[in-house]
Amino acid sequence: MEASATGVRGGRSALERSPLSRLPDQVMQWGLSALAALILILLAYFFIRLIGQSGNVFSKYGLSFVFGNDWDVSRNIYHGAALVVGTLITSAIALIIGVPVAVATALFINELCPRRLRGPFALLVDLLAAVPSVVYGLWGVFVLCPKLLPAEKWFAKTFSFIPFVGGGTPTLYNYFIAGLILAIMILPIVSAIAREVISTVPAEHKEAALALGATRWEMIRIAVLPYSRSGITGGAMLGLGRALGETIAVVLVIGNAPVIGSHLFSQGYTLAAVIANEFGEATGIHTSALFAAGLVLFVLTLIVNIIARGFVARGTRGARGTGGTGIGLAASGGEI
Amino acid sequence: MIPPETKREERVGMSTAGGRSEQTGISPDVTARSAHDVAGRGVRVQDLNAYYGSFHSIKGIDIDFPPNRVTALIGPSGSGKSTVIRCINRMHEEIPGARAEGSVMLDELDVYGRGVDITSVRRLIGMVFQKPNPFPTMSVFDNVAAGLRLTGARRDDLRERVHSALRAVGLWDEVKDRLNGPGVGLSGGQQQRLCIARTVAVEPEVILMDEPCSALDPVATLKIEELIDELKERYTIAIVTHNMQQAARVADTTAFMLDGELIEHAPTNDVFTNPRDERTERYVTGKFG
Repeated sequence: MEASATGVRGGRSALERSPLSRLPDQVMQWGLSALAALILILLAYFFIRLIGQSGNVFSKYGLSFVFGNDWDVSRNIYHGAALVVGTLITSAIALIIGVPVAVATALFINELCPRRLRGPFALLVDLLAAVPSVVYGLWGVFVLCPKLLPAEKWFAKTFSFIPFVGGGTPTLYNYFIAGLILAIMILPIVSAIAREVISTVPAEHKEAALALGATRWEMIRIAVLPYSRSGITGGAMLGLGRALGETIAVVLVIGNAPVIGSHLFSQGYTLAAVIANEFGEATGIHTSALFAAGLVLFVLTLIVNIIARGFVARGTRGARGTGGTGIGLAASGGEI
Repeated sequence: MIPPETKREERVGMSTAGGRSEQTGISPDVTARSAHDVAGRGVRVQDLNAYYGSFHSIKGIDIDFPPNRVTALIGPSGSGKSTVIRCINRMHEEIPGARAEGSVMLDELDVYGRGVDITSVRRLIGMVFQKPNPFPTMSVFDNVAAGLRLTGARRDDLRERVHSALRAVGLWDEVKDRLNGPGVGLSGGQQQRLCIARTVAVEPEVILMDEPCSALDPVATLKIEELIDELKERYTIAIVTHNMQQAARVADTTAFMLDGELIEHAPTNDVFTNPRDERTERYVTGKFG
């Protein structure tokens, strides 16, 4: 006992290990720190580079680059509101369609699906993320756009009383199709996060609901969804980040018209799409304008991601059982 | 507002899936209860076998839970006490791979009968868990209202029932000023009483308690025990406990379980002072377990 307590092994005390034995630790510490720092430096470099390259445009147009609505390459005028609006509209459509489906999928896989099928189903949903975005785009061009056009026409006519949604004449390529493709593309990440968050709902809460005579759906409503709400919101925001930046699939189906479409089924453009399309031929201030579009997109995505982090952090804190009150206060203002 | 007793009849009616009360064995005198009759109903468990996958957890148990009595289940860990009470309100089968066979009768209602609605069974047989488990996103009020809202209670009716449930568990004075505060902001003992209030609010016939005090300090434990004593006037109570003093304090009858078998079920005093079975004696005197 005495010997092992002082760590004498092989004639040398454990307290006298050679300085070399600590080397791997130091290498690891410095190496990993350097790698982590590199990522930050890269991010900062992108940011500075974008600002530098787009300086021209911002000094010429100021904020009207973002809010003005006139993007005309032939006249060398670059006000990008149509791009910003197109980006926001398509992303919003993606969220509105994608998130409910993703959450429903996650609920099905976690709560309703027979145990044996859970793995395969989850894998299938995850596999959606493995399809290259250009394939989604081509599928959109050759299948979705022509097949959905009659339905879109019917929809626009029938619901012509709803502003923005109805009334206009649908074009082959439009915001809606782009949003729909984006919805499918964000489905895997939102669903994976929702699944993760939902699986952290403690069995005791679910049992409490069931023991009160709740049906499965009521249990989901009482115990599962409130508990995982902020986590799911965070997942949706990460999906939004993806939708905002998605390029090639959108280029193929949005119509690439730098105007603010008057309705859901009209052509448009997005920040990412304009960069991909026009960068090859751009010179001078045009190049700067595209860099500026990139900067706006970068800032937009950054903000969305920061908000998403906040939600996810709050969600996991709730999962540990301490921060539940934080979300609880928001949810408790209900009916009394 | 619908008087509680009427509601109760409806629920039993529901559980028979339409007008098939003959088949599911609910006689008219069970469903038609007078307005003054607030007593709980007894539970009779017969030839109950429960399994977790291929593991045979409960081996053919017969046990009665007499109405308006507190029945304690004692026994070493893994003896199947919790499983037995989880079979009574059919929570056992919620565990993947778990199943139960045999008969559980709530008076004349066959809990495992064909066509019986599982959610109605659970409304009639409430459950309080080992760890206080108020819904973390809900206020004190909403926690108690959670079960009531499932039955369709709204507004004044809802508020009244929530308040009376909180009074029934002696929590009203402590929380009346923070009904909108989070349920998980209460102390452990208060949370457990909140959970009991949530169970009592839907006016079950039977309350199952699965080691309700094991996460609480002695003072909070004492309050729950006093509460159990009050609650048995209206409800039939089954309590699983590891604490033999607790069984001695609160239970009218005590059942000793060992390895999935019921060794002895007798008036509490007999079990502790004059057990018939040698194994019971060894357990209550602390010689094993």
